[in-house]
Amino acid sequence: MKLSGADILVRCLKEQGVDTLFGYPGGTVLDIYDAIYRDGTLRHILTAHEQGAAHAADGYARATGRTGVVIATSGPGATNLVTGIATAYMDSSPLVAITGNVTVANLGRDSFQEVDIAGITMPVTKHNYIVKDIRELAPTIREAFYIANAGRKGPVLVDIPKNIQTELCEYEEKKAERHAPRRVEESALEAVRAALAKAKRPLIIAGGGCIGSGASENLLRFAKILLAPVSATLMGLGAYPASDEQFLGLIGMHGTDASAKAFRRADAVIACGMRFSDRVAGDRVKFRAGKTVIQFDIDAAEIDKNVPVDIAVMADIDEILKALLPTLKQADRKDWLKETAAYKEYEAANFDSSLPTYKILSALRSFTDADTPVVTDVGQHQMWAAQYCRIERPRRFISSGGLGTMGFGLGAAIGACAGTGRQTVLVTGDGCFHMNLNELCTAVSQKLPLVILLMDNNALGMVRQWQTLFYGKRYSQTTLDRRTDYVRLAEAFGAKGMTIAGEADILPVLKAAFAEPGPVLVDCKIGIDDKVLPMIAPGKSFDEIMTKLQ
Amino acid sequence: MKKYTITALVANKSGVLTRVSGLFARRGFNIESLCVCATENENLSRMTIVLDGDDATLAQLTKQLDKLIDVKKITLANEHDSIYRELLLVKVSAPAEKRSELIEIKDVYKAKIVDLSPETLILEITGEPNKLDGFIQVIEPYGILEMARTGLTALSRGDQCLNDLVDYNEMI
Repeated sequence: MKLSGADILVRCLKEQGVDTLFGYPGGTVLDIYDAIYRDGTLRHILTAHEQGAAHAADGYARATGRTGVVIATSGPGATNLVTGIATAYMDSSPLVAITGNVTVANLGRDSFQEVDIAGITMPVTKHNYIVKDIRELAPTIREAFYIANAGRKGPVLVDIPKNIQTELCEYEEKKAERHAPRRVEESALEAVRAALAKAKRPLIIAGGGCIGSGASENLLRFAKILLAPVSATLMGLGAYPASDEQFLGLIGMHGTDASAKAFRRADAVIACGMRFSDRVAGDRVKFRAGKTVIQFDIDAAEIDKNVPVDIAVMADIDEILKALLPTLKQADRKDWLKETAAYKEYEAANFDSSLPTYKILSALRSFTDADTPVVTDVGQHQMWAAQYCRIERPRRFISSGGLGTMGFGLGAAIGACAGTGRQTVLVTGDGCFHMNLNELCTAVSQKLPLVILLMDNNALGMVRQWQTLFYGKRYSQTTLDRRTDYVRLAEAFGAKGMTIAGEADILPVLKAAFAEPGPVLVDCKIGIDDKVLPMIAPGKSFDEIMTKLQ
Repeated sequence: MKKYTITALVANKSGVLTRVSGLFARRGFNIESLCVCATENENLSRMTIVLDGDDATLAQLTKQLDKLIDVKKITLANEHDSIYRELLLVKVSAPAEKRSELIEIKDVYKAKIVDLSPETLILEITGEPNKLDGFIQVIEPYGILEMARTGLTALSRGDQCLNDLVDYNEMI
């Protein structure tokens, strides 16, 4: 059967089980949009800006585990995707970005809305393509989905010139090819078993790889067999249930004091799908002193990249744990767990619960359940959310970790909400929200049950915090002299607007907000000098954790 | 700093060199030479990369390179078990009175004269890089006007072939 390139694209997307698309039409994707229209079975979410569409597709992928798909036109449409693609790349989120381009004959002539998007996105994609031959279109789309999901997941971009969309080619349906997870070589596990048996005080650090691999159940079993405490990186939150007594919380720059103390005392660290980012490892040299470091990762390039390790196993985390678990004996490390439990108790007893953000985020629990996706933007509110929202399940904490993209939140929340069909919470700040607030119109037109908690301190809080601590309180360009009335703004977009001005408002306002069927923006007034603590200053070691401001 | 020679089979497609050189630039790898050439298979090109660095840099470079979809096979050339060659073309000032000396040097190094003009000649020499370095040193006093080196290319001895190795991207 001969079909046009645009129709072949739509068929190939359906082969892959795609039912939701995010995007924005334009000159060089008119044929694709026409094919989507004629097909009539795909849900397309039109955003206000291509960046929002890219973040939405990313948020969709993170919340559902499926591949996010975003479509944009050539030139500015394509360049607007770049931040979203880079965000997905840094956090290993499977994304297929489809861009139109000028006709093959017009490529390289600086034609209207022509840009070399394949060249631009080379460093931020797993792979990308320019389809210059219609016969290559279907195999390329299939390969793009395969690569986005194989091994360490990530974004793939396919650039399709306009003439390829209209040319005809024979099409034959093919079943989506699923990659088999990378298996473990038995010989690699012997050293792991020996090291685990020898370890007196092991600490498991769960990273985003545990979520990508779907390893949560086996991770829990692993921790129970080892009787080891578990800390999580920002990307790993939700991989291990926060309510479990062995869970110590976040580790790293704004990790818990309990995590830092347990890390200092640990004689073995089992890094599961985490890459020793500078925000986790701090001082990379001191990090491994006096410890056996065991690393499980699917990406060979992550092994020894930031921190040299003693034992490395390169495979899918869940496969590693599956192979390892039946061969491990139930350990007896009750004393070690008692010790780490005492760190947790000490931290809880000395916790300053006066922060308004803490009060709001802990009150949130009465209105959400373990399946509510919590999406964040980037900055202080992000760290508070990571610390205070107890994430029980994988894919329920969605945040831009690696790239730290301010403006990620609203788009990602739209994607997560559309993908899960669940009421979704976005925790954002007034700085981040102003970056991409235009997507409020998308949430409204899609009638998404989205509760936006905007932590409003009239400042770029995290930068201000660094200025307080490291720049002599010289608040250069971080005080926002803005007069935005968020309630009226929300209403202008057709959403609901509410305000939490003080403690007394928290419960009634949250109750009203969560009762809304559509998007609600809650302006939460917080203090300009509220700080995120604990904190380990950049490049410092876990010994140098600050739990109070000096 | 040590020198390492890495050979790779890559897809013979447009943009592959950009992917590889872009990777080197953004990860801060210090490359001494990069040589790309055709192979017995028209779908594949062969890259020979000479890296200045240490073992950790080498490990990162090969692993990062291996992750590129278009990089099919990759190996570190074994110093004792590979043939290394480089080609040099050099235009040297050769007035009549100096010409016979240059011809003598050329004979010692088994170089060839490939062009002759009243005042210059172009010499061609093939060999391992240190042989070329030595040759350049000897003819330098005569006045080198221009030169071009191809960069190193290498093949391993015996029946072992790069194409027989596994592709990382097929393993994941």
